[in-house]
Amino acid sequence: MTMFFTEWMQYGFMRSAFAAVLLITPLFGILGTMIVERKMAFFSDALGHSALTGIAVGVVLGVSDTNVSMLLFAIVFALLLNMLAGRGMAANDTLISVFSSFSIALGLVILSKGGNFSQYSSLLVGDILSISKKELFYLAAILVVTLAFWAACFNSLSAVSIHRTLAKSRRIPAAFMENLFAVLTALIVTVSIKWVGILIINALLILPAAASRNISQNLREYHFFSILFSMFSGIFGLLVSYFINAATGPVIVIFASVIYFITYSYGSRIQ
Amino acid sequence: MRKIIQPCGLHCMKVQHLGVTIGTQEILTDINLHIHCGTLNAVIGKNGAGKSTLVRAMLGELPYTGSIEFKDCEDGRLQKLKIGYVPQAVNIEKHTPVSVYDLIASYQSRFPVCLHKRKRLYASIKESLKLFEADAFIDKQVCNLSGGELQRVLLSLAVMDEPNLLLLDEPVSGIDQNGMELFYELMDYLKQNFDLAVILISHDLDYVAKYADWVILLDKTVLKQGAVKDVYKSPEFGRVFGETEVRV
Repeated sequence: MTMFFTEWMQYGFMRSAFAAVLLITPLFGILGTMIVERKMAFFSDALGHSALTGIAVGVVLGVSDTNVSMLLFAIVFALLLNMLAGRGMAANDTLISVFSSFSIALGLVILSKGGNFSQYSSLLVGDILSISKKELFYLAAILVVTLAFWAACFNSLSAVSIHRTLAKSRRIPAAFMENLFAVLTALIVTVSIKWVGILIINALLILPAAASRNISQNLREYHFFSILFSMFSGIFGLLVSYFINAATGPVIVIFASVIYFITYSYGSRIQ
Repeated sequence: MRKIIQPCGLHCMKVQHLGVTIGTQEILTDINLHIHCGTLNAVIGKNGAGKSTLVRAMLGELPYTGSIEFKDCEDGRLQKLKIGYVPQAVNIEKHTPVSVYDLIASYQSRFPVCLHKRKRLYASIKESLKLFEADAFIDKQVCNLSGGELQRVLLSLAVMDEPNLLLLDEPVSGIDQNGMELFYELMDYLKQNFDLAVILISHDLDYVAKYADWVILLDKTVLKQGAVKDVYKSPEFGRVFGETEVRV
């Protein structure tokens, strides 16, 4: 029996993947709370899709490391969306949808030119088992950045989400906070997209926080359960995917979804 | 222990030639106001008269022309104006995991609210809530409060910062007749016991007549301002509100 549970630890790729899950899931759990609270689910989804375009732009410009172009594109994309949304010319979800469709179409056209798209299709589902030591280091760095950001800016960000004008009357720089958060989201989405996949990255960001929201009464419980659910689905999703030999990301999403349904029915009973 | 500071009557706020233009549309023009501490000033006017624009300009959210100054009348020294703003409502829907403590601490402290409750902050928030008989709500979820309860919580938050000016919209939704009476009594209590001026955007002419010290009739500019009687009996008031019967 112990053999059964320790066997996977012998493989280097599994150890790396396990470490990656331990780094990525708390990150998503923390970030998700604010994304759900600020109703940015659609926004982070669009950011995920913009990754393709970022790579395409990099290919066209002949950039040696497409990760850099992907990251820069996502940041520009996020700031541009924030700016346009602030003008109030069109509803936020309409704007995001327009930008997201345009950007993914552009990405697909460039990458599929000459029938070469298959080499990028791994991005759609992601592969956490292929993560390298260096990439693990990046993830750890981003986790540290996020924790620092949360420590310094969480209250201001929360104040801005509760009431923007009230926050401004307290001299909280609302637009700056919103842009900073958008950039951080762009950073995290693009850095983790390779291992998680474009199709499901948003589910991992949203589901743990949404599940936690069903049963939490204050911000401390909200964060605690979000991180707990995220890590639980991440660890068990990885192990189960190993044993049934399926793609890891989707299995994690299924775990997170089941938790969501359970908390949903529990939450609607207690309230 | 209640914080009681007698209003000194020596501070004042001067708004001079304030104008707001959004795009090509002139919304406010040449607004001149002189507000003293310890008074309740009501801004009245029809919908679209620019009442909320005036609030947003005072908060610095909209660019404006002209000046807003805060002065110590005794020696004429300019001071930094601290505004306590009380919104009509907050963007909190059902099931939002934000307690009253979380709400106030987000604005009042830099220590991350999501980490843990700080005893000292908790005590000082409770103290402030007590002023408005809202201390029982401290651990309640904000989304489960009634309109009147939320208003009291937001007032506690506004006075925690010891503002010189309290800027607020009269609550319109979720408050019954009883609650309105209570709200105006609170305003009265505030102006008497804190060293601050209150500017209130109001929709209820009867309550304004009963409680306000100074009335500002707004329609793009200040049509008429003065004591309740002077404004209510003026021809400008008749033109804006028609033949509304208000007992003065």
